[in-house]
Amino acid sequence: MAKRKLKEHRINREWCKGCGICIEFCAKKVLEMDQEDKAQAVRPEDCVVCKLCEMRCPDLAIEVVAEEEVEEDIG
Amino acid sequence: MAVKDYIRERFFPHIWCPGCGHGIVLNGLIRAVEKLGVQKNEIVMVSGIGCSARIAGYLDFHTMHTLHGRALGFATGIKLSRPELKVIVPMGDGDALAIGGNHFIHAARRNIDMTAIVMNNRIYGMTGGQYSPLSGYGILASTAPYTSVDQSFDIVQLAAAAGATFVARTTAYHIQQMIELLQEAILHKGFSVVEVMSQCPTYFGRRNREGDAVAMLKHMQKITTPIGSKAKAEHPELIERGVFVRKELPEYCEAYDTIIRRAKEGK
Repeated sequence: MAKRKLKEHRINREWCKGCGICIEFCAKKVLEMDQEDKAQAVRPEDCVVCKLCEMRCPDLAIEVVAEEEVEEDIG
Repeated sequence: MAVKDYIRERFFPHIWCPGCGHGIVLNGLIRAVEKLGVQKNEIVMVSGIGCSARIAGYLDFHTMHTLHGRALGFATGIKLSRPELKVIVPMGDGDALAIGGNHFIHAARRNIDMTAIVMNNRIYGMTGGQYSPLSGYGILASTAPYTSVDQSFDIVQLAAAAGATFVARTTAYHIQQMIELLQEAILHKGFSVVEVMSQCPTYFGRRNREGDAVAMLKHMQKITTPIGSKAKAEHPELIERGVFVRKELPEYCEAYDTIIRRAKEGK
């Protein structure tokens, strides 16, 4: 089964208004608010690339970039 | 294409408040168009006035920002003259159902092929939080400091009764369903209505103590349920989400073309 692997979260700090929607609804609690009330990825290793944060962002400020699809190790 | 290829980046960050549901509709609409693979120059977006109407300016389609409540009238003209284009009309609840109430029911009755998106945040945000025909009984607004005594419309029932041939409802929280419904609505031949329950944390949320955008989205999650769910049977007060009407009727532009042909042939 193919699994998406995270490359990076691209967060546009100029556009993020700090509403916290991405942070609250992330099932893996990957994101947190930084000192300037902008979202930042603090636990990127937990991200499962569901992209719900990207899709729910009212400011189009997050892009979850995946690596090329990799085969999950089933051995 | 990437999301940025669908927007006019020079207007960003947009004017909407932090956590505004309209931004999520913008996001969902871009993804629906991307999934459909429709070209940007095949789409005309016509909007009226209000916070919701600003969405047309942010998207890099053919766009028109028209009069309050009259977007569907302009859209009808565009569709009749260029029926090959996909016409999308995003409106707020007040724009669609107060100021533009008659345009709304008659566009639905004619079954003209276009997609009406009603971004329903139950308030006039841009002008300072006045109550709208969707606010409902018991709601606080700047023009209802002791709560509104008006009952609200049910957009789904209204659209269905007026003759819309595709009628659906979802919320800003249910983004995946929103993307699916918008895709189906855009492809539907005839008048499609998608109500998206949207949050206005600044005016509706704060005044009615519903909390911030996150709290309002959680509330939407709680008060809605898929059509015909077991939860609905047990809790009839839940608001249903999904497709309520999906039927075929003669489309207005095609029917009109037939009449023009007949008239030219003199029969």
